Formats: sequence, C-alpha cells, structure tokens
Amino acid sequence: MTQRVAVVERILGANDRLAADNRARLDAAGVFSLNFLASPGAGKTSLVEQTVSLLAGRLRLAVIDGDIATSIDADRAAAAGATAVQINTGGECHLDAVMLQGALDQLDLSAVDLLIVENVGNLICPANFALGTHKSILVASVPEGDDKPYKYPGTYRGVDALVINKIDLLPYVRFDMDYFRRGVAALNPGLVTFPLSCRTGEGLEAWLDWVVAQVATGKMTHG
Amino acid sequence: MHELAITESVLEIALRHGRAAGAARITDLHLVIGELSSVVDESVQFYWDIVSEGSAAAGATLHFRRVPAQLVCRACGHSYSPRQALPCPACGSEDIRVATGEEFYLEAIDVASKEADAVALSETP
Repeated sequence: MTQRVAVVERILGANDRLAADNRARLDAAGVFSLNFLASPGAGKTSLVEQTVSLLAGRLRLAVIDGDIATSIDADRAAAAGATAVQINTGGECHLDAVMLQGALDQLDLSAVDLLIVENVGNLICPANFALGTHKSILVASVPEGDDKPYKYPGTYRGVDALVINKIDLLPYVRFDMDYFRRGVAALNPGLVTFPLSCRTGEGLEAWLDWVVAQVATGKMTHG
Repeated sequence: MHELAITESVLEIALRHGRAAGAARITDLHLVIGELSSVVDESVQFYWDIVSEGSAAAGATLHFRRVPAQLVCRACGHSYSPRQALPCPACGSEDIRVATGEEFYLEAIDVASKEADAVALSETP
C-alpha cells in the first residue's frame, strides 16, 4: 500500500542556498565577483591574465581557478599579479557552490575588490550550478565556430556579458558574426558583448572599462 | 556528466520529504526534467542504485517525465522547438521566450508506511 506525497522541490535547491550564502559573504566583504564560463581553449585564462595585469594598479584582485587537475591556470593568474587559489575538481565537470565556499575560506576577502572565478572549461554543466558570484561572463572565441549559441543555449541564456575572443583570427577562419549574434540575441536579448583579442589587445579597453564600472556599482550597492 | 551530484541531491530531497510524511519506505520517485536542463536519465538511474543503497529509498523506481523544449515568439506568438531554429521560423523575430524545457525538480514520491519500518528510516542520513 503506497501513498503519493507531493514534493515539487528543485533538485539543485541545496546548491542554490549555498550560493546565496557565498553571495552574502562576498557582499559583506565588499567584494565584486565574476564567474568566467567557456569551452576549453576559448581563452579564459588569457582574459584573466590580461584583466589582472591591466587592472592590478587600480583594483586588488583575486582569482579562483577551477580545473580537473594541475595549477597551471592559478600560476598564470598569480604571475599576472593576483592572489590565486586553485580548486582541482578531481574529475567534476563544473564548480559548485560548495567548492567555491572552500576556496573563499582561503582568501582574505577584506583585501579584495574584484574576484574572478574561472570555471572548468565546459559549455554545459557549469550553467546549472550557481556559485553566488555577481555576474557570469561567457568567453566565446572565433575558432570555436559561429554555431555555439545554437548548440549550447543553456549557457548562452544564463550569462550577463559575452566576450568574443580571438577576433584577430576572423580573416583566417569561417565565422559568420551576424549568424552568431542572431543566435545570441534570440537567447539573451540585449546581452552586452565585447569582441576582443587577448593576443593583440584590440577591444580590451571596453571590457576593462565595463569591469571597473561593475565593481564601482557593486561597491555602491553593498560596500 | 554531473549526474552523481544530482542523484545525491535527489536522494536527500526524497528522504527528507519521506521522513516528514512519516513514511517507512520510498518506493517510487517522480522526476521532471526539461530538455534544456542537460541531465541524462540513464546516468541518474545508474548512480541511483549505488547512492540509494542502504537508505529508505533503496531500490525505489525512478520515473522520468521529460518536458520538451518549447519556444514562443513574443512578436507573433508562434510556438516552436529550438531544434528547428532559434529565431522565430515564422516571422524571423529574435524576441523569444522559453515556455518549457528548463524544469528540473522532484515532483512527488510514493511512500509505504509501515510502523515497524519507521525506525529504519530515522536512521538514514
């Protein structure tokens, strides 16, 4: 004899609650935080390096790097001038709120203005796991192809800004910018977009200005 | 690929609601998974047997209700699948919304209430 019990509870509710705790902790410390999402090789770490080295004189920066293995990315972020913490997920395809909580424990948040979290290179899973960061940034890149919004709608829908990296390669690879942007517009209307090249530096200024403005706005709201 | 974490979360939610209902055993779980939520049923099923072992939900049957993704054009009202296109195939507008497909929750559980089993349930995590 069985009986039906209504539940209707979101399966990732526990992660979402922890993410809210992380957010409260960042807000209390006056830290503004970005979550970088991208496929492997899009240039997340290069963007972290450029952002850190160009903003190091103006903001106190920390970077939390999520990777399956190695501390290569955290080492690069540290070399660029940030306080860096590496999270090795040991096979997990994404960071979650618990992992971020552990990494926050290793930072002196009172000495940080901007925290960049570099998620595991993956366009699927990280979109499902809120971390508690303030804004999610998707780093796309020209060589990946112009069909990515169509193939990974979940990730494109959930982000607050889009970087299109490696625009210096536009003359060499087939990438229909209009087709790409139409897909983005359908999924995430009005998404702020920064075409740039971490290699040549083209377009970086607009990105950095936006980041600095976001940090300032965040501080006014919570700091 | 993160189905292990998801399956553990499903178990935790089911046991909590089972306990609240005073159930001895959980026999069935009814999950609702939208097409856009990137969760693989087979994989959840695979982990379920391992994760649920020794709990009050051990051996429970998982039922998956898949919800197809449906987009609706805000400009002309046309409703379509994202498999066809992202911008509206009827009028070309990019002003669309996702009507269904992002669901991801445990809808209900079926429980067996036998007084004698209540002790076993209270000992589960």
